[in-house]
Amino acid sequence: MAEKIRVLLAKPGLDGHDRGIKVIAAALRDAGMEVIYTGLRQTPTQIVDAAIQEDVDAVGVSILSGAHMTLFPAILDLLREKGGDDIILFGGGIIPDKDAAQLKEKGVAMLFMPGASTVDIIEWLKGAVSGRSSNEKMI
Amino acid sequence: MFDKSFLEEYKKQRAIWEDTAKKIPQNSRPRFITISGDEVEMLYGPDAVDQNNFMDKIGYPGQFPYTRGVHHNMYRGRLWTMRQFSGMGTPRQTNQRYHYLLNAGQTGLSVAFDLPTLMGYDSDHERSLGEVGKCGVAVDTLADMETIFDGIDLGKISTSMTINAPASILLAMYIAVAEKQGVSTEKLTGTLQNDILKEYIAQKEWIYPPLPSIRLITDMMAFCADKVPKWNTISISGYHIREAGATAAQELAFTLSDGFQYVESAIAAGLDVDQFAPRLSFFFNAHQEFFEEIAKYRAARRIWAKRMRYKYGAKQEKSWLLRFHTQTAGCSLTAQQPENNLMRTAFEGLSAVLGGTQSLHTNSMDETLALPSDKAALLALRTQQIIMHETGVANTIDPLAGSYYVEHLTDKIEAEAEAYFEDIERRGGVLKCIEEGYFQREIAKSAYRYQKEIERDERITVGLNRYVMEEKIDIPVLEIDETVAEGQVAGLSKIKETRDNDKVKRTLEELALAAKGDGNTMKAILECVRVYASEGEIVDTLRPIFGEYQEPPMF
Repeated sequence: MAEKIRVLLAKPGLDGHDRGIKVIAAALRDAGMEVIYTGLRQTPTQIVDAAIQEDVDAVGVSILSGAHMTLFPAILDLLREKGGDDIILFGGGIIPDKDAAQLKEKGVAMLFMPGASTVDIIEWLKGAVSGRSSNEKMI
Repeated sequence: MFDKSFLEEYKKQRAIWEDTAKKIPQNSRPRFITISGDEVEMLYGPDAVDQNNFMDKIGYPGQFPYTRGVHHNMYRGRLWTMRQFSGMGTPRQTNQRYHYLLNAGQTGLSVAFDLPTLMGYDSDHERSLGEVGKCGVAVDTLADMETIFDGIDLGKISTSMTINAPASILLAMYIAVAEKQGVSTEKLTGTLQNDILKEYIAQKEWIYPPLPSIRLITDMMAFCADKVPKWNTISISGYHIREAGATAAQELAFTLSDGFQYVESAIAAGLDVDQFAPRLSFFFNAHQEFFEEIAKYRAARRIWAKRMRYKYGAKQEKSWLLRFHTQTAGCSLTAQQPENNLMRTAFEGLSAVLGGTQSLHTNSMDETLALPSDKAALLALRTQQIIMHETGVANTIDPLAGSYYVEHLTDKIEAEAEAYFEDIERRGGVLKCIEEGYFQREIAKSAYRYQKEIERDERITVGLNRYVMEEKIDIPVLEIDETVAEGQVAGLSKIKETRDNDKVKRTLEELALAAKGDGNTMKAILECVRVYASEGEIVDTLRPIFGEYQEPPMF
């Protein structure tokens, strides 16, 4: 039987808008995933430490404050530093297309824009996690 | 209103009509529900409205219970204030936008601060990295406020400031700017949002825990009652509660409950209700369900008036009036086909005017992408001006009064709010409910239900789940870069060198003393601000005394 996908959902920086992340948390939980929500005002260090400690498959980050070009790279760097580079980093919020393109190049696996459906997010996440496990099997 | 025999005849005729109407195939929508999840009947008639109690329920504008409006002649006497929420990047950039909007005809100012300022951090704090100037204007010291209002006579314009946890500090800075302009505090008009309870519930911009936060508010209310009598000390807000996902009834009930809590806290602090109540104001959302919103505003006025008069014993009429500002719903806007947002905002703005708002902000079409560009900000203002001068809706007061549907909805939402009040009371009151996450959970449930409706196509959002286009977004989008932060950090550093640091130290120490005892913190903060203590320095003085709030994560 397939193991439950484990996801850490986080709000980094000062942004307090948590409607979206809570909706996603409920949707992922209802889809059978194990969801850990960090709450607000997390530093990149707190997020990465929690992700590694909880041994999650993926970290989902929500940023509506415009601070994404600082916070996503900081999380990526820390994941690599602390040996969490097999953890899939994804997210969403208010992120202009050209910033999203740059972040994806740096290693963010996927960014969901306003209006994205939880169905699509769940679909993508399942694919991303199984894709990574099958990659591991191929090595 | 209608006599018994008429109503019986009406019901007979209705049955005949209904028989025919129900035989005609309905359109393809599965259910007819409001955005708040309530079923809507095909037809509303006199049987849907309370036939008695006309004066008690509907009455006249400017007369208790004010269902039809707070003033006797409403917009015939004084049009609503066009007050566009605005602020970005540097204080200078923001000052330029303010002059732009004032020249374009806006009649009141409204300041949007950046996240570091909202959360009590200076621009050079490590938590401010990447955040300076992005969501609003960066303010570190009085010098920044002086720049923001450069060339603007504070004796002649009213200003609303969206600031909560550090509200006393920003008001103190505003007062200090006015002093430098030679404007006496008695002349200052404006509003501070300063509604900390809804922070814990929805907007989430807190610093300290609830009790010390309320103390800061009551200190400020006492100070203003004496020195800044025309200032609205709190803007008791439902906007954010709604944005977080609440239904219209929840927005109404939770907001008014917060209001009741402030009244009770102020009375407990020894303030006279008729002294502070006239300066309480409100802030509601204008969401998409057109008639529901109008009903909500009317019910709000009615409920507040009755409570203030009969429960809290306020004797002055001014204490019974629910005056409010409205903002069109940010959460209704889409990133897809952003120009559609112009129309959404127009309809929402219209409902606010039909609901009798005193002040209005209409969103810009690009706000799902960035802070408003000049062009989008201008179009948003023009939206209000067209409502005001071209639609004719402001020519007569509360034009939807007597509408079977609207009166029915007004009574219905009032009853729903009363049910919530009872429930909150049973649970131990507002502070207990915040502690236990009651509001937060209810809001999250509503938000989740709404999202599911959209994903199941039970609710259509144009451009999102119908009439979708693979189009490129080609509207100009405002960019804020890191030069803002660099400038702020450099500026702050310079201020710290040139100010009298002994005075800063002394005033901060006196603030600490006042905060630890029962001195008026507002007075003490004003002293700090005058000598260019930074916001961060003031907040850091209070943090160890008041503590810091932590929210248990839940979803």
